[in-house]
Amino acid sequence: MTTRLPKKDVVIIGLGWTGSIMANELTGEGLEVVAIERGPWRDAPTDFPPTYMQDELRYRVRHELFLRPEQLTFTFRNKMDQTALPIRSWGAFMPPNGVGGGGVHWNAEMWRFLPSDFVLKTHLTERYGASFLPDDMTIQDWGITYDELEPFYDRFEYLCGTSGTAGNLRGQIMEGGNPFEGSRSRPYPTPAQAQPFSHTLFGKAARELGYKPFPQPSGNLSQAYTNPLGMKMGPCTYCGFCEWFGCSNYSKASPQTTILPYLVRKPNFTARDNSEVIRINLDRSGKRATGVTFVDTSGETWEQPADLVILSAYTLFNVQLLLHSKIGRPYDPVAGTGTVGRNYTHQTISTVNGFFDPKKFNFNPFIASGAIGMCIDEFNGDNFDHGPHGFVGGGYMGQVQTGARPIESTLVPPGTPKWGAAWKSAVKENYLSTVKPGTGVHGSFYAYKDIYLDLDPTYSDRFGRPLMRITMDLKENELKQNRFLTDKFAEIIKAMGASKLDVQYRKGPYDITTYQTTHLNGGAVMGSDPTTSVINRYLQSWDVPNLFVLGASAFPQNAGYNPTLTVGALAFWAATAIRTKYLKSPGRLVDA
Amino acid sequence: MRRRSRHLFAVTALLLSTAPCYAGGSDPQEFTQIERGRYLTILSDCASCHTVPGGNQPFAGGRAIETPFGNIVAPNITPDPETGIGSWSDEQFDAAVRKGIGPDGSRLYPAMPYNAYTKMSRDDVLAIRAYLNTLTPVRNAVTADTLPFPFNIRTAMRVWDALYFQQGEYRPDPSKSAEWNRGAFLVDGPGHCGACHTPKTVLGGDKAAQYLQGSYLQGWSAPDITNDARVGVGKWSKEDLVSYLKAGHNRMTAATGPMGEVVTLSTAHMSDPDLDAIATYLKSLPGKTGGASPPPARTPTSTTVGATFAASPLALDNPAMVAGGAIYRDQCSACHGLEGKGIEELFPSIAESSMVRSDDPTTSIRIILRGARSVGTRAQPTASGMPSYGRELDDSEIAAVLTYIRSRWGGIADPIASKQVSKVRLDTELRPD
Repeated sequence: MTTRLPKKDVVIIGLGWTGSIMANELTGEGLEVVAIERGPWRDAPTDFPPTYMQDELRYRVRHELFLRPEQLTFTFRNKMDQTALPIRSWGAFMPPNGVGGGGVHWNAEMWRFLPSDFVLKTHLTERYGASFLPDDMTIQDWGITYDELEPFYDRFEYLCGTSGTAGNLRGQIMEGGNPFEGSRSRPYPTPAQAQPFSHTLFGKAARELGYKPFPQPSGNLSQAYTNPLGMKMGPCTYCGFCEWFGCSNYSKASPQTTILPYLVRKPNFTARDNSEVIRINLDRSGKRATGVTFVDTSGETWEQPADLVILSAYTLFNVQLLLHSKIGRPYDPVAGTGTVGRNYTHQTISTVNGFFDPKKFNFNPFIASGAIGMCIDEFNGDNFDHGPHGFVGGGYMGQVQTGARPIESTLVPPGTPKWGAAWKSAVKENYLSTVKPGTGVHGSFYAYKDIYLDLDPTYSDRFGRPLMRITMDLKENELKQNRFLTDKFAEIIKAMGASKLDVQYRKGPYDITTYQTTHLNGGAVMGSDPTTSVINRYLQSWDVPNLFVLGASAFPQNAGYNPTLTVGALAFWAATAIRTKYLKSPGRLVDA
Repeated sequence: MRRRSRHLFAVTALLLSTAPCYAGGSDPQEFTQIERGRYLTILSDCASCHTVPGGNQPFAGGRAIETPFGNIVAPNITPDPETGIGSWSDEQFDAAVRKGIGPDGSRLYPAMPYNAYTKMSRDDVLAIRAYLNTLTPVRNAVTADTLPFPFNIRTAMRVWDALYFQQGEYRPDPSKSAEWNRGAFLVDGPGHCGACHTPKTVLGGDKAAQYLQGSYLQGWSAPDITNDARVGVGKWSKEDLVSYLKAGHNRMTAATGPMGEVVTLSTAHMSDPDLDAIATYLKSLPGKTGGASPPPARTPTSTTVGATFAASPLALDNPAMVAGGAIYRDQCSACHGLEGKGIEELFPSIAESSMVRSDDPTTSIRIILRGARSVGTRAQPTASGMPSYGRELDDSEIAAVLTYIRSRWGGIADPIASKQVSKVRLDTELRPD
């Protein structure tokens, strides 16, 4: 029995970064907006209090802030000829749950993609020729350019108070910033965070090797800031509990610290938490969304009708909801038809841990923020000639160590016994003098024909819907890229003065059980051709024009950067298209 | 079935509201009067008591107002003829608001601040009436007589009135500016600031000699709001006061607890000239030490239970200061800073907070024990909060850190003893708020 609720102008599925941005923009147009969020309401001072937030066991080990796989999970396999099995404990990535979404537990690295990333296929084909790309690689252009997106990168950076050093200000290369970045219209709203010792030492070593190191752009703020909505943020205190944790110091940009308190004051905004949208409803033509159906915690089913549907959940849930709602044509890798589930990607991550002489080096590694770090960008995107190397793609690399939380920061040099007194004394001896960059090499992940999402033939969820199946592996291109980048990274760690290195290349097959990043992308990609994209350049569904799909599911492939800034910029871009174009004339914004 | 009965109820309410009934002499077309009444209702903060927080029935009463004598439940002041004030005459309404006399001639309890509202004119009060008449009538019968014996004898209030109630409209002081007079009217009249900020006698009357010098109510100490430099607002500029009242935040502190509610429902909606007037008036009040001069040497008072008298800041090597300093660095400095300055309009500056150093430490102790939430306003939506340390720190640790804060950064205030913390812990443990 479904209870029908009064109609709204807009229903938003998922109240994370993109849902919050879109809700704020569309309520600004005077529209009645309801946001429906699967998880609980979360509020900075009451849910992330500094009195107990720094609890590594509770939040990091036991995944407090994340979706419980018992509620919803996915099946996984590496290759198309394998049988996928359900993921029963999160590993490679962490699906968020609750108001704020991934914006609660992220590290707040705030990177812009390179101008060439948005025209990747065209750019690489022009420079290296089509035959340089692997046959099964399905990369494509985004249908939008960096210059078009720049004002929206800027808006998201100023919403968050981003701390950084400009590298390219209105075309002029600036000392101390990233010289490879696209031209930016304004400096960062706040200066870069001060860097702790190991990060500074990385910068020095990189400079001596001829690179141009710069501070990682950070949503953990270097100083107090008031954003354009009047929201106040405080300076980061370097507590080292960002990723996996919420921040109650008001120093990490999140929907809670930058938008929500402003948004919830608006009388034309409503939020429903603990309510899981199970379907986007279509009219009889299948070309128009009529609203959504959701289930509350009592198992009651509700229908929320709306004129405009915004799908703004996490990448995997966006794709899954499209598949379950039968919107768009599911991707078939054999026939090469369909689009939903196509071009699913992750991030190619590796690291090098450096062990230094404890008598000479005390890094106080626990002093850090989530987006602290000194980085270089010489080996990202197409910033270097790939011709001699036989692969495409790249990534930034840097000492981006986000702290040294006690449970997971017990690194010992290779060859140390794995337990007992010798292990204990090695932990003690090395804790303060070890460099553990975490995601030190942050490589791109390009798209392939047989890496995709579809519905599982065997396993179903508690509503009887098929689980979504992930077919994912690491290809030779990414492995080559990673070996090249990791070796370059190891040279810098060595140059810092490390006496021992622990080089951890990313190796195949793709491992679903160990954490890499939560940067899952694609599956509902944007583009200019409806046969290879689910949404147009404005993130509007080709098939159902009153549906917009936000988030990294729109990325045709992933660049060598963290995705959130681009995700937020695209949300502002789509919101602006709705405000200035769609509301004036609801319908397709791009002719197919 | 439940839904159906609700429908029936709605129909009944509609019939009642459209049925001819006496609702005073106001004309529903009188926009000017109604609009004036709406603003006076904000100035008078009627909603604070007459609307249940978080409810969806504005002014329908039912909120229990805690007094030292027991709880008094605020009545329904919507124009419902049976359970609200719909059938009252203008005369009856005026008598209730300005004289403390109910429609049946019985005495009201001064939880209804008629001793302040008396400073308004009959026109003011009838404008409020005119506004209230435009509200949706809500059928909500409220039993107001909840006080225990002997306070339930309303005739006893005649004695109270004789002792403490001075009837009469505000009379401007011709020697002062128009702005000052407006401020005085707002503070003493509709704003009824003294209801919380002026200390009370055992009978609950104002201690007139200690006008606005701070009091205690409902588990909070309401601070001194005179211009006293040490415990009042002597170090605040007029802009600080206006910002506090309008935005709930200023460069030093933030409104929380009952005052947060006052900001949300009342002062944040006041006009800028009125806020300026309030600030001008409060800054003119000399307070107990005669204005913004340094404090004279003081003698111990009975409120400083178990604590030793401090005429000068405690030495940094005093054991309480050493312990308090260590706790401060660990637990407090991340937001409030090593120098106690906080972040403007986000984290209060406890180095400059007069509340932290007030003679009655109840609010400071309570905030450390239970945490506090500032209020979000249109001007300042963030509504930052302080976590509760009641589980993290024991009474002696809270006493030590508070002693440290009160004696640092130029502060001179009595040290806090652990039993003062225990008392507040016990008192607030069972409170719902």
